[in-house]
Amino acid sequence: MLAQEFMRNALVAGSFVAIACGLVGWFVVLRAQVFAGDALSHVAFTGALAAAALGIDIRAGLFLATILGGVVMGALGDRARADDVVIGTLFAWTLGLGVLFLTIFTTNGSGSNGTAGVRVLFGSIFGLSTTDVRISVVLAVAAVAVLAVLGRPLLFASLDGAVAAAQGVPVRMIGLVFLGLVGLVAAQATQAVGALLLLGLLAAPAGAAHRLTGRPYLGLGLSALFAVGSVWLGLTLSYVFPTLPPSTMIISTAVGIYVTAMSLSPLRRLVG
Amino acid sequence: MTAVSFEGAEARIGGTTIWRDVSLTVERGQFVAVLGPNGSGKSTLVRAVLGLQPLAAGSASVLGRPPGEANDRIGYLPQRRSFDESTRIRGADVVRLGLDGARWGLPLPGARSRAATRRVAEVIELVSATAYADKPIGELSGGEQQRLLIAQALARRPQLLLLDEPLDSLDLPNQAGVAALVRSICREEDVTVLLVAHDVNPILGYLDGVIYVAGGTAVEGAPEDVISAETLSALYGVPIDVLRASDGRLVVVGAPDLHGHHAH
Repeated sequence: MLAQEFMRNALVAGSFVAIACGLVGWFVVLRAQVFAGDALSHVAFTGALAAAALGIDIRAGLFLATILGGVVMGALGDRARADDVVIGTLFAWTLGLGVLFLTIFTTNGSGSNGTAGVRVLFGSIFGLSTTDVRISVVLAVAAVAVLAVLGRPLLFASLDGAVAAAQGVPVRMIGLVFLGLVGLVAAQATQAVGALLLLGLLAAPAGAAHRLTGRPYLGLGLSALFAVGSVWLGLTLSYVFPTLPPSTMIISTAVGIYVTAMSLSPLRRLVG
Repeated sequence: MTAVSFEGAEARIGGTTIWRDVSLTVERGQFVAVLGPNGSGKSTLVRAVLGLQPLAAGSASVLGRPPGEANDRIGYLPQRRSFDESTRIRGADVVRLGLDGARWGLPLPGARSRAATRRVAEVIELVSATAYADKPIGELSGGEQQRLLIAQALARRPQLLLLDEPLDSLDLPNQAGVAALVRSICREEDVTVLLVAHDVNPILGYLDGVIYVAGGTAVEGAPEDVISAETLSALYGVPIDVLRASDGRLVVVGAPDLHGHHAH
């Protein structure tokens, strides 16, 4: 299995994407911002197709759109979280724009048909180039570095914003940087499992870790471990049974881990 | 020594004056209650002490510094909802954030981390929360969460404790328990306590002073002067009785905001 270059690329890129998703996802679940992650997957779809319609690199559109989307949501702050109707309407419209770009792309584009849309929606982890792999490693390392610096004040601000602010933590700025980071990770995950399924990789391993332990740093580690495990097992299953798409298998594994963690909840007493 | 002093202070939010001409002094080691009707500006007063609410006029001094500059010596418990059941972070880790949560980076193993663990255990013991400090905080009762949050506020050995309605949403035995805990911290750890209260009865026996916020200003006084039927009736604008119970304790009756029968 490792003799195939596409498989090696998928494993390396997938692992780094998973580490970033697991770590960032743990905070997303803690901050109850899973809805924001969902919104960013719409933005990812539209950003990528806008780039395709304009004839520029899909990755550029993807990253620009999600990071910007994250920062804008952060700037709207609590108001954004309060009004589900505004957010829902805004992101349905975003998705609508994505469809428009898809139409422009398929009618005026470089002769290719709708596969770009399918790739963005469901990922193309077996089609990653060496450059894609390098980019995902660099971005994952960057995400880990940002979290290593923000970690403790981010935890404080997420649990107890008012007290953290009184102790001098720049709560608002941290929230903004964090959603920018979620955007970056969402874009990365779009390439691996697609815009529609990235939420599973962001929320399921993290949710399982929250179920199993109340120790924050152990939880972060478990979350990353579960995400990487999902990618490895998912890719292997998809390789052995070629009719099964890799994104389906990765997400199914992640969901399986979450369900297992839920049923194992009494174990939490042992892990602490 | 003076812990908190305000001189002709005024607070304004969005162009509206919340209170003005506020002059008061809280001495070190005192247990002082902040009373007043809903919306009178009690929390604004606490935020002004922290420097989170700038003064529109007048001056203030907190632990010998301008407000906001001594916050590392202040323990703060904001008015809050309780933690959601889905918050699965261990109680001890929430307490630990009060010690070093504002520091960048991640806690690394080492001497400093061991010292922090010891301090967290000590302060959890102080609030008698050792039995449940390892459980996820969302699974604990309101009284248990409140004890852990007081431990969090105490972690850095503050000289001043600001508690914004710590007894709200607790049942009667827990109100009495937390009130007694705050009193013993005040006495034994020599911490000045400023406690915003909805219901004055659980803390009535412990107070060194009362600050009452009403009618766009705030006045301080000794408990026996303020806790009288005349003063409280004028303060809240409704008839209030102050009765003496058979054990000699005072009981306040009649103010919708002063005891448990209020409607939000």
